[in-house]
Parts: sequence; C-alpha cells; structure tokens
Amino acid sequence: MSGHSYDSEQYWKANLRLIIGSLVVWALVSYGFAILLRPMLAGIHVGGTDLGFWFAQQGSILAFIVLIFHYAWRMNKIDEKFGVHEE
Amino acid sequence: MSQFAINLMFVGGSFLLYIGIAIWAKAGSTKDFYVAGGGVHPVTNGMAIGADWMSAASFISMAGLIAAGGYANSTFLMGWTGGYVLLAMLLAPYLRKFGKFTVPEFIGDRYYSSNARLVAVICLIVASVTYVIGQMAGAGVAFSRFLEVDSTMGLIIAAVVVFMYAVLGGMKGITYTQVAQYCVLIVAYTIPAVFISLQLTGNPIPGLGMFSTHTESGIPLLAKLNQVITDLGFNEYTADVDNKLNMVLFTLSLMIGTAGLPHVIIRFFTVPKVADARWSGGWALVFIALLYLTAPAVASMARLNLMTTIYPDGTSAEPIQYDDRPNWVKEWEVTGLIKFEDKNADGRIQLYNDTPAFETEAQARGWNGNELTVNRDILVLANPEIANLPGWVIGLIAAGGLAAALSTAAGLLLAISSAVSHDLIKGRFNPSISDKGELLAARISMGVAIVVATYLGANPPGFAAQVVALAFGIAAASLFPALMMGIFSKRVNNVGATAGMLSGLIFTLVYIFMYKGWLFIPGTNNLADTPDNWILGISPLSIGAVGAVVNFAIAFGVSAMTKEPPKEIQDLVESVRYPRGAGTAVDH
Repeated sequence: MSGHSYDSEQYWKANLRLIIGSLVVWALVSYGFAILLRPMLAGIHVGGTDLGFWFAQQGSILAFIVLIFHYAWRMNKIDEKFGVHEE
Repeated sequence: MSQFAINLMFVGGSFLLYIGIAIWAKAGSTKDFYVAGGGVHPVTNGMAIGADWMSAASFISMAGLIAAGGYANSTFLMGWTGGYVLLAMLLAPYLRKFGKFTVPEFIGDRYYSSNARLVAVICLIVASVTYVIGQMAGAGVAFSRFLEVDSTMGLIIAAVVVFMYAVLGGMKGITYTQVAQYCVLIVAYTIPAVFISLQLTGNPIPGLGMFSTHTESGIPLLAKLNQVITDLGFNEYTADVDNKLNMVLFTLSLMIGTAGLPHVIIRFFTVPKVADARWSGGWALVFIALLYLTAPAVASMARLNLMTTIYPDGTSAEPIQYDDRPNWVKEWEVTGLIKFEDKNADGRIQLYNDTPAFETEAQARGWNGNELTVNRDILVLANPEIANLPGWVIGLIAAGGLAAALSTAAGLLLAISSAVSHDLIKGRFNPSISDKGELLAARISMGVAIVVATYLGANPPGFAAQVVALAFGIAAASLFPALMMGIFSKRVNNVGATAGMLSGLIFTLVYIFMYKGWLFIPGTNNLADTPDNWILGISPLSIGAVGAVVNFAIAFGVSAMTKEPPKEIQDLVESVRYPRGAGTAVDH
C-alpha cells in the first residue's frame, strides 16, 4: 500500500480525525472532569462525595474502555471502507 | 487444616499449574520465543496483557497508596489505565503492522540508525531492570509472610518457577501462564473485596459499594470515612488538591510511560492481525479495570475498617486495649510491618495524625503521639484477615500476590532478553546467526536475566525503589515520543530522533537526580525533594511528561534543519499506516 493514492490519504485523515476526537474525550474525562474541572462540578453529589471524585476513581476508567472499543470498531469499519483491511 | 497448610496448597497448586503450562507450551523457534508464534486470540492476549501489566505494585501497593492519599492518589488509577487509550490508538496497531520482534528494532529500522536502536535498547534495559527488581522483591516478601520461609529462599523458589516457563517457552510459555496468572490474581483480589463491600454496604460490587450507604451508620460510606479520619486529625479522604498542575503532569507521565513500556508493547506483536491489536487493547483494559475499579473501593473500605477496629466505640471514645488487639495485628507485628509503641503508657492503641494542628486535642485526651504505624503495603494482603474472612481467602491472596509479581517479572524478562539476543547479538554483533543459534542465545539471555534479577531482588540497589520515576520517566521521555513520531511523521529523521530521545532522557534524568540524588546515591541531591523546591511545583515523578515535550520539540527542530528521510523510509511509514498485508511477525 505504498504510493500516494487519493484513497490512502483520505484513509489516514479519517484515522487522524477519529483519534483526535477520541483523545478530546480521553482528556476531558481525566484531566477535565477528574482534575481541573472538579471544583466546578462540586455541586453534583455522588454517593457522599462529588462527581469529580467519581470520575477520578471510576468514571474515567470506564470511559477509557468505551473509547478503545469504539475506536477499534470504527477503525475496522474504516479499513473495510477503504479496502485496506486484512483478509 | 492450619493456615500454613492452606497457603501452601494454594501457592503450590498454582505453581504446578504454571509448570504444567510451561511443559505444554515449549517454544520451537525464535518466532515462538519472541511473539508466541503470532497466533494469540485478542481476548486471550488482553488477559495476558492484564497479568503482564498488573504487577506486585498494582496488586499489593496501589490500594494502600490510595487509602493513604485518598483523592490525591487517583493519579495512579487514571495514569495506569489511560495509557492504554494511547497505546491502542497511537502505537499498537502500527507496530503490529510493522511486524518485527522488538521495540528497538522498529526504532532502528524507522530511523535507519543502529545508534538510535542502541539508545532504545539501553532505555529498555534500564526501565525494565528497575521494574523487575521490585517484582522479585515483592515475590520474596509474599513468600516470607505466607509460607514462613526466608525471603531470599522465597525469591529463589520464585526464580526457579519463572526460569522453567520463561526459558523453555519464551513468549509462548509466558502468554499462557499469564492467562492462568490473570485468573488467579483477579479472583484473589475481588473475592475479599466483594465480601467486605457486602459487610459494609450490602452492595456486592465494590466499585458501587464505595458510593453507597454505610449500613451501620446510615450515611454514605465516604462521608463516614471523612468524618472518622478528620476526627483523628487526618485530611479529608475526598479533599481536592491545590497543586493541579503537578497532578495533571503526574497523571500524564504515568499514561505516556505506560504506553511506552516495551514489555507491554511486545504483547501486541503476538496477535494475528492489525484489527486484533486494536481489540486487544480494549480487552486488556477491561481485564485491568476489573482490578482498577475495585482497588479504590478496597482502599476506602480497608481504611474505614482499620479505624473502626482501633476505635470500636467511635472516635470520641477510647481506642482498644493493646492486649485485646485482633489476631491479624499480632501476625503482622511479627513481620515488622505493623509497629506499636505505647507512648503514653495507658495500654491502649492511639492511632491518629500527629500534627501540630491536632496537638491541643491530643493533649486534652492524654495522648502522647501516634502509637501505631501500619505499612501501607500490607493493606491488601491483610484485608481478608481484617474483615474476618475464612482461611482459604488468605491462601488465595497469597497465590494472587505471587501471580501478579511473577507474571509481570516474566514479561519484563522477556523484553530484556529479546533486546539482548535480537537487538544486540543478532542486530549488532552477529547478524548471520542461525534461527537455532538465536533461539539458544535468547534462552541463555533469559537465564542470565533471571539470575541477575534474582540477585538484585535479594540485594536491592537504591534505584530499585524509584520505579515510578525511573521506569515511567524513561519510557515517557524517550521511547514513547520516538515510537509515535516514527508512525505519525514522515519528516522526523535519524539525527532528529536520536537527538530527541537523548535530550528527553537526559532532561528527565537530570531533574530526577537533582532531587533524588545523582544515580540515587543518598546525599548527592542538589535540592531537598520537597514541594517548595520543585520548579513550578513539578515533582520529579511528574517530569516525564515534560521530558516527552522536550523530546518532541528537539526531534522536530533538528529534523527540520537536516535532510529528510530517504524514500524507502517514507514508504515504510506509509506501509505501517495501512493494515493490509501485515502477515504475522517476521524476522527480516
């Protein structure tokens, strides 16, 4: 798959878009909700504490799992769409 | 049956299982030895990654760290899981497509430079050796506590078992023992946690239990915990931190470091296809999360249990008499990991936070200093005893702790020995070596690595305690950026990458050494390792993320000023981006 066909460029761009979108969510749930934005979310109570604490010790990890499976599923579809998947 | 016999049964049984797998999964070629033949199912691989990743630190120490630090130590939870997002999207699929056996091999080929490969080998060996010493020492401690053997003897037993399956089976043997070890460790970790969560909250899922109502007091568990510990002068468990910059950078260093650790990356080389490498990342995190979602619950519940054990009638009443202390306290006193000193000679155990702020109240109650020191590493190991669980649960914990230590040790040893036999012996000194010769070299390297790790585990050098700073710092500042740029940029060239890796590495090490001592020799640090000395409040443990930025910046800057990589290297970058035509991992 070397060379610079139109398709392969589009394929790589689609991958980069998906990665950037995923990393925005990745940063938001960990560095955002769990750390920097925690004071702003302090009003939302979760079981004896606040939402930021929940994200720091549970929510971010759950979100990471969803992110990876979503990426794998979407990317495998994109592979097929551009015909670069393995048989 | 005595507790000793139960422990022996569980540990002995698990070891027989591992040895059985070793005999079944013998490696016949270098491909078997380095990448388990390349045909591992993604779910199986996910489980093996789980065991490979979750070390003695995750199993034994992490809950204790969180129990002590509360919210502030959430960094470990996010850092050691969030790295898998980076790994699954930025590295694993492309390195799998590249299809070679080791991490330095990719760096050497992509940057068409045997020097870059050598730098990568050195980073890999320093990071992995630091890491493996902790595993071996952890196995020794687990042995000495549960099987009543001397810890050096315990270490040697552990080494012999690893030797059998790692030298015989290489990655193939390690993969299937790791699957077994994952099952042992996750069952061992979650069973006591479920029981404790049921006892305290009535909710069988620990991750939910910690946010539920504490049955006895009728208020939320975390609110109860905050109340109990603040009564005794400790900070609130859920308190926010002031230094957010450091918390962000520390979490980021752990994440990037996780993604850059070679012993994790090479596990992704064992699956048949690029798509499987992506799925593997997701499955790995599912299996890891089973422990990581439980650990914070174990932390908060064990801390509350400890406090209510010492203050059975509430914090405003008197603590228990030393003579009435529970059996588990007595047993751990023998190991020296729990210490009691009756400072006010009243025969009771005063456990509180000995700070100036609490002094007036302590004096009013006739207390003369905190009397009980509990090593935080015992939290998980003592958990079943603290919660009065049956003896077989304790046996299970012993087998689980050993499984966690041994599975990670084996993964690290494989990363070390493959770097020696494949990158140094075959790559540098004797390229014409036959497959058979290389397999023998790999086995000998593995044997030597085990002997060295065992020796260092028994006589840990000063740097062994610096796993977080050293292993994660190096992986974050040198390996991760080099790998990522190798895939996402066609412009970064040999000179740029080598300069980037070296400057990231040197920058990070210098900052760590400034505070922790040059080569970690005590007394040689330039500044005391305290928050007010840190530049911009950045701890030496958090500097890896900044080192990574330095690496990226230097690599791009130097590459822009020098010649772009040759056409065939740009084609190589193109080819790792597209899954088609991956085939299984190959030698040439």
